[in-house]
Amino acid sequence: MLTTRVIPCLDVNAGRVVKGVKFSGLRDAGDPAERASVYEAQGADELVLLDVSATPEGRSNATDTVRRVRQVLGVPLTVGGGVRQVDDARRLLDAGADKVATNTAAVEDPSLLDRLAATFGSQCTVLAIDAARSARGFEVVIRSGKERTGRDAILWAREAAARGAGEILLTSWDRDGTRSGYDTELIQAIASCVNIPIVASGGAAHAGHLIDAVNCGASAVLAASILHDGETTVGDLKRALANAGLPVRL
Amino acid sequence: MRVAIIDTGTANLASMLAALRRVGANPTLTRDPAEVAAAERVVLPGVGAFGSGMAKLEECGLVAAIVDRVSAMRPMLAVCLGLQLMCRSSKESPLVRGIGILPIDVVRYPNEHDGARLTVPQLGWNEVVPRPDAELITAGYAYYANSFHLAAIPEGWTGAESVHGVPFVAAIERGPMLACQFHPELSGPWGHDLLRRWLERPTSC
Repeated sequence: MLTTRVIPCLDVNAGRVVKGVKFSGLRDAGDPAERASVYEAQGADELVLLDVSATPEGRSNATDTVRRVRQVLGVPLTVGGGVRQVDDARRLLDAGADKVATNTAAVEDPSLLDRLAATFGSQCTVLAIDAARSARGFEVVIRSGKERTGRDAILWAREAAARGAGEILLTSWDRDGTRSGYDTELIQAIASCVNIPIVASGGAAHAGHLIDAVNCGASAVLAASILHDGETTVGDLKRALANAGLPVRL
Repeated sequence: MRVAIIDTGTANLASMLAALRRVGANPTLTRDPAEVAAAERVVLPGVGAFGSGMAKLEECGLVAAIVDRVSAMRPMLAVCLGLQLMCRSSKESPLVRGIGILPIDVVRYPNEHDGARLTVPQLGWNEVVPRPDAELITAGYAYYANSFHLAAIPEGWTGAESVHGVPFVAAIERGPMLACQFHPELSGPWGHDLLRRWLERPTSC
């Protein structure tokens, strides 16, 4: 049967891995290709690389980073950040991405998802949703969390799946980098209304959090801070999932 | 060793190129039918939809070269959509005829099985169980990214199965021909070992 994926996430700025709290206060966390090799050797099922730079120079750096990571990485690579049109996705795929994630641009023009799916297939089209708790439920936030949209995250997930997104990378803005656990209510709300896989992101501190996310319907779990800081390894996390009775590739 | 990868324009070829280089091959991209006919080893990759994949092969005049290779049992590796394109048809593009070497109609995974919800597409690692007479494919975990699949290994081939709600064809092999629903190039050391065995397999066996 299909196993639960554990996916390290590399936020990359100017060719370096960085990590912040609630999308800001970035600090250095190493060389992307080096981190990629280490995580694959630990048993990472896949890697996500998010380009968090905001400038055109940063963008072209990111393509080089993808190329460097691809040379050493023998597992799937999802790349996001700055994908505004089909050509941006093509550039990343040509450099070595296997899937491309889009976020802000898809909120502003949802037909981007239709175009990406038609050109590259749903299995290649990932929608990243950053969701924040609000008085009415879960609200989509964009521009690295700087802007609230008023859009309901559940309705957005459902629309994205209908438009051809093949996977949702679901980040809780409230939990990102806080180590207080994934937002399991958010995961459950989204996973119960779409048939495509959900990757849970934001807030993992230990294996127990990963297990909670999977039990709430996540197909995969993303982790960054706890891995970059060397507190745990992908292998340890996967063994804990296996001990909890979840199917994993060991 | 030189390997010609059929460049259909939509596939993300960088991963296949990188993996083949890591296992010591010298891959080149081509859409020239003469080169596909003559190359010692050919890879038919595939990402995207059945209909557009077939359209591209026909537009480049590649269908006959592929049929000839398979009929003559010459080394070929088909991956993901590449395997599906070898079939007669697919529910993904019902009006399109496939290459038709395999007498199979490709079907979609159900949305649920035995009351449990199935995620479609299947994205992730699944266990591969080879038949006892498989020579290239070994037991292990492979990475999949597919919504459609072959339900049974065709006669005249051996291979391996996986289960995503329903059992489905993980890969088929016959002599130096290997066709995988999973992505060996993304399946870590296990997948790289499979690529290596295919590359080292004698061209006639």
